[in-house]
Parts: sequence; structure tokens; C-alpha cells
Amino acid sequence: MYITVVILPLIGSLISGFGGRLLGYYGASIFATSCVGLSFFLSLLIFYEVGFCNSVCYISLSSWISTGTLTVNWGFLFDAVTSVMLIVVTSISTLVHMYSISYMENDPHCPRFMSYLEIFTFFMLVLVTADNTLQMFLGWEGVGLASYLLINFWFTRLAANQSAIKALVVNRIGDFGLSIGIFALFYIFNSVDYLTIFSLTPFFQNYCLSFLGIDINTLTFIGVLLFIGAVGKSAQLGLHTWLPDAMEGPTPVSALIHAATMVTAGVFLIIRFSPLVEYSSTILGILIIFGSLTTFFAAMTGTFQNDLKRVIAYSTCSQLGYMVFACGLSCYNVSMFHLTNHAFFKALLFLSAGSIIHALSDEQDMRRMGSLSQFLPVTYSLMLIGSLALTGFPFLAGFYSKDFILELSQIGTNSNLNNSIAALSCWLGTLSVLFTSFYSFRLIYLAFLNNSNSSKKVLTSVHESNLLMLIPLLILAVGSIFIGYLTKDFFIGFGTNFWNSSIFILPYNANFIESEFLEVQIKWLPFLLSTFGIILATIINLSRFYILINWNFHNFFAFLINKKWFWDFIYSRFFIYPILTFGYNITLKNLDRGFIELAGPYGVMNFIPTWANLIKKLQTGQITHYIFFMILGLCSFFILFYLIENLQFSMFLYFVLMFFI
Amino acid sequence: MYEQINYLNTSTALFLISIIGIFLNQKNILIMLMSLEMMFLSISFNLIFSSILIDDIVGQIFSLLILTVAAAESSIGLAILVIYYRIRSVITVELMTLMSG
Repeated sequence: MYITVVILPLIGSLISGFGGRLLGYYGASIFATSCVGLSFFLSLLIFYEVGFCNSVCYISLSSWISTGTLTVNWGFLFDAVTSVMLIVVTSISTLVHMYSISYMENDPHCPRFMSYLEIFTFFMLVLVTADNTLQMFLGWEGVGLASYLLINFWFTRLAANQSAIKALVVNRIGDFGLSIGIFALFYIFNSVDYLTIFSLTPFFQNYCLSFLGIDINTLTFIGVLLFIGAVGKSAQLGLHTWLPDAMEGPTPVSALIHAATMVTAGVFLIIRFSPLVEYSSTILGILIIFGSLTTFFAAMTGTFQNDLKRVIAYSTCSQLGYMVFACGLSCYNVSMFHLTNHAFFKALLFLSAGSIIHALSDEQDMRRMGSLSQFLPVTYSLMLIGSLALTGFPFLAGFYSKDFILELSQIGTNSNLNNSIAALSCWLGTLSVLFTSFYSFRLIYLAFLNNSNSSKKVLTSVHESNLLMLIPLLILAVGSIFIGYLTKDFFIGFGTNFWNSSIFILPYNANFIESEFLEVQIKWLPFLLSTFGIILATIINLSRFYILINWNFHNFFAFLINKKWFWDFIYSRFFIYPILTFGYNITLKNLDRGFIELAGPYGVMNFIPTWANLIKKLQTGQITHYIFFMILGLCSFFILFYLIENLQFSMFLYFVLMFFI
Repeated sequence: MYEQINYLNTSTALFLISIIGIFLNQKNILIMLMSLEMMFLSISFNLIFSSILIDDIVGQIFSLLILTVAAAESSIGLAILVIYYRIRSVITVELMTLMSG
């Protein structure tokens, strides 16, 4: 059962990929969906067995690499974290598959699409079930590859190609850090197995590594490298630029990659490495800083985006920031809880967006939508549920996790704890709540409630999606409403033994109980802010704030944010363009085709004929010259012999010769 | 002792003069052949003197053989010269540059 969960998507992928033409459109889709669906049911059983019955399962299949001290096995570790990830990945994947059957109906390459989705799920499962870093890295890279294939699914579009390459390359930067981190882990611990590494970590708490002549704490060093990997995958500030661009893929792909699976891999990595990260307070600080900055930046950027999917993409980025700084606050279980909830409501939002886009014949710009609540009542209500869950409306999924994260960050502002960085996360995280609810409801107003801006042609063909698309949405909506309430107690309840030893929190850092003693006003703060955001969005959209349109500062600000704070511009101006120029002008033109060719093939090719011509000219035809050379040869022959016989003297002669020459 | 050095010097000087005669001669191929004869003579000279000096007859036999070879060689050389003159009507060494590289 345990291995089958992982293998089933692979089988589904291979059969629907290679036998797509044989199975036909519906055959391939249904086969793929049923494979991943079966995998979902098995992972439910695993969840029950591992999570509730507390029987951690460890399977070592066979040896993979075995040379010297490096021994890597094909091993699978099913503990609580893995079982939760399994549920998240397979459930969202199943629903996305089901949704795609109808969404991709008119696409000629549907079996290929299904195959890619399936291989994506497979690699994600490899990532979460691995028991060593190397196998995890296999899944990690595989997920990157699958995301490339999926974003690039409509490969005839230039934008899709560009974004796919961007996604792959930007992810590769993070993977570079991660791979160095894995090397460092092996260098320190002589093993890549999680269990070995984690059990040895406390011994290396004060161990220093000399890097470039500077002594760095080993655990900090490794943690930073692992975090660089997580930054790439989870689109944290710095390497976040690929995530909004990845919206070029089909909408179910966005739902799968950018809500439930790929981007959560980075957070999963941090949670998995909690026994290591926990021992370095520097790393926790970095997590808090980057996480909270990402939260704030992405939430702010989301507010003035006009593309329907981009708004949701930035919201994903922002929510991932919450998860990361929750890890930085040592609340890995809360982070995991938010990950689970987020997967449900974000998949709901993405798939609803897909439903809108489908209804409006592939129109993604929110400025050309409006009054869709009359045409798409079901999608409207689903989207509303998703948005409310996202804003943390009480008793929906987001409320239980996000508010708890914010409460925990409020504890950090307590001066007794000496964690001054946590105050940053508190302020930025709490402010982001305002932006989150603002952009969510801006989306709702622009798409559903304002007057319509669509053309008549589009409006006459608007239709509610068919049942096959709506059923996954309904299931996700039910999940978004109830999942937080249902799973709260055993995920983050006080004294729960659900996580067993899969998550490690130093007693020094565990502050759960303090959150119970916060003041009531502070506990109400996130709710008040999100309500304020909703009201703000309502006022601006209903009463038409004309003053804003003529306000210079507003226009400048809106432009700046709409252009994503010019991150992409700065990157292309200061990194990509100089590197490309360097690559073309210096490495290619000057080195490869210049210097090396001049010294290598071209040089030899020119050198030999030139000298051959010179030597040819020695044969002048004059007999006297020939005789001269004969005598010269004879003389030098004698001199040579003479030199060999009296070496001491020859050196002197040699110097004399050199002098004259 | 004086005689020994003298004969060596004489034959070497003759040899060098003949080499210079071949080498510096630009005008006349006849002079070149004459220098060649002189080179043979200097070598024969050397051989005969050394055969006397070390009291060995082989040197003298060898010089006789060299005389024969020199005679044959100069006759063939002159024959070539005559044929060349018949074709080109000059015997200037400088102008023999048809075979340049």
C-alpha cells in the first residue's frame, strides 16, 4: 500500500502518455484520474494508520548508490508530515485531474496533459516520501521538470515558452543552493539519511565550518543553503519572479503547481528539516525576515494586478510567506496546518478562476469582466467562499491557521522573549491581512459585482461550467469551509501527539501556550483588519472614488505596484542582460570564437602555411646559397658535437650565441 | 714537428681556399670545377702526408683512387658544362636559378 501510492501516478503517467493515442481522449483522462484517485484513497488509509494510529512506516527498498562511505537507499519514510503532504498532494491532484477532463476537452493534446499532471504528482510524492536528501532531490528536480512541461503545455505560445524557461532557470538557482546544502550535509554527517542527520544534529550545535577563511556555524551554513532551495521553490522574495509568470500555463496547472504541490515543497523542506533548523537561531531569523517580507510584498503587489490569475498567484506567494515565517517562529505544525488549508482554498480559487476564464472564452483581464454573478452564480458563490477562507473569515479554513500564525507572531513582540525579529513578522503579517482581503474583494467586485465591461459577443456565450468541472469545485469548497475546523485539534491542538517526532521544536522556542494569554483586542485585530479591507474594497468599487484617479501619488503608487515594484525590470537590467551580454560578447565572441580559436585550430591552420612559405623561399635556386647551407650545416654539426663533449664550455658558448642573437 | 704542423696547415688552407672558391664564385662555373679539383688535391695531399707520418701505405693507395675519381668526375663535369653551354650559351652561376623553390 505504501509503495503503491507512489507508483500509481507513475503508471498512470506512462500509460496515458505513451498509450494516449490508443486509449483515446476519455480513456487517457479517466485512466489517469482513476490512478491518482486510487492513490488518494490509499493515502487516506496511510493518514489513518500513520497519523491517528501513530505507526510510522519506514520502507527501504534497495540500494541505489553505494560507494565508499556514501550509501543511498531507495527508502520511503511515512511519518505524520509525509502523510499530511500525501493527503494534500493526492487530493488536490485528483480534483485537478477531474476538473481537467472537462477543462481540456477541446485540446488535441489532452493525454499528454494528463500524463504531465500525473508525472508531476509522482515526483511530488517521491519528494515527500523520501527518507534521504538525495531521493528528495530527485523529486525536487522532477517537480521542476514537470512544472516546465506543464507551464509550457501550449508550446506554440511565446509567452508560455518564456515563462516555462524562467520558471525552470529561477528554480535552478534555488536548486543550486539546495544541492550545495546536500553536499554540506554529507560532508558534515557522512550520510544523507534524514534519520542519521537529525539524530546527529545536536552534536554539531557549536561546530564551525571554515568557509572562505571565515568560521561559520555549520548548522547555520546548511540551513541557509537549504533555505535558498526553499526560496526558489516556494517563491520567496528574491526568487519569486517566476511564480506570477507561471500563470501562462493552463489554469488547472496553476491550481496544482501554485496552490497545492510545487510551491509547498519549499515549506515542506523547512518543516522536514525542523530538527536541524531549530538549532540555529540565525536561520530562524532569516526565515522570519524573508517570510514576512514576502508576505507583505506579495500582498501589496496583488492589490493592483489586473490579471485574474496573477492576483491569485501573488496571494499564493503571500500565503507562502506566512508559512515560512511561521517556520521561523518555530511553529512548524502551524505552518503545516496553514499549508493544508491553503492548498484547499487556493485550489478552489484557481479552479474557480479557471471556470470564469472558461466561461468568458479565455478572457483573463479583470477589467473586461463584471456582473458575472448573474451569469455564473455557482462559480460566484464558490469564489466567495474561497476568498473568505483566504482572508481568514471566522470559522473558515484560513481563520484557524492564519489567525493562529498571527497570534504567535504577536507573542514575538513580547520583549521577554528576546526575539526582536519576530516583531517584524508581526507587523508585516498583520498589515498583509488588510491587503489580502482588499485584493480578494477587489477581484470579487471586478469580476462579479461591478458593471460588465465585456463585449456583447462574449456575454451572449457566457455559460456556467458543466458538472464535471463544478463537482471538484464543490468538494474543494466543502474542504475550504470545514478542513480547518476538523483538523485543528490534531494538527495544532495543545498536547496533540499527532506529529510524534516528525516535527521537532526546541522547548525553548515553543510558545503555543502564550497565545492563549494575549489580549482580546489583539486577537480581534486580524479580523478587524480583514473586515476593513473588505469595506475598503467595497467603498472604492461601489462609490467610484474619482478623487483617486486624479491623485498623482495614487497613480504613481498604482503604477509601481502594478509593475511588481520593478523586480523583473531590475533583474533583467542588472542581472540577466549583463550576463547575456557577457556570454555573447566575452565568452562567445572573445574567448570561444576569439582567443581559443586563434590559438587552436585557426592559429595552426595559419601558422603552418606561413612558415612553409618562408622555408620554401630558402630554396632560391642559387647554387651558392645551397653551398652556404651545406657548409653552415657542417659547421653547426661540428659545433654541436663540440658542445656535447665539453658541456661546461658549451654553456658559455650558448650565452655568447644568445648575446649575439 | 715543424713539418707536421706545416703540412696540416697547408692542406687545410688549400681546402678552405677551394671552399671559398666555390662559395664566393658567382660568375663562372668553370672556376667552380677548378675549385673542386683543388679540394680533391688538398685531400689527397693530406692523405699522402699522413700516410708518411703514421707510416701506413693505405693513405697513398687512397689518394691514387681519389685521383682516379677526380679525373672521372671532372670529365663528367666538363661534359655537363659543355652541354649546358650549348643550350644556354652562358656559364654564369648567378643565372642558374630556374629551379627555385
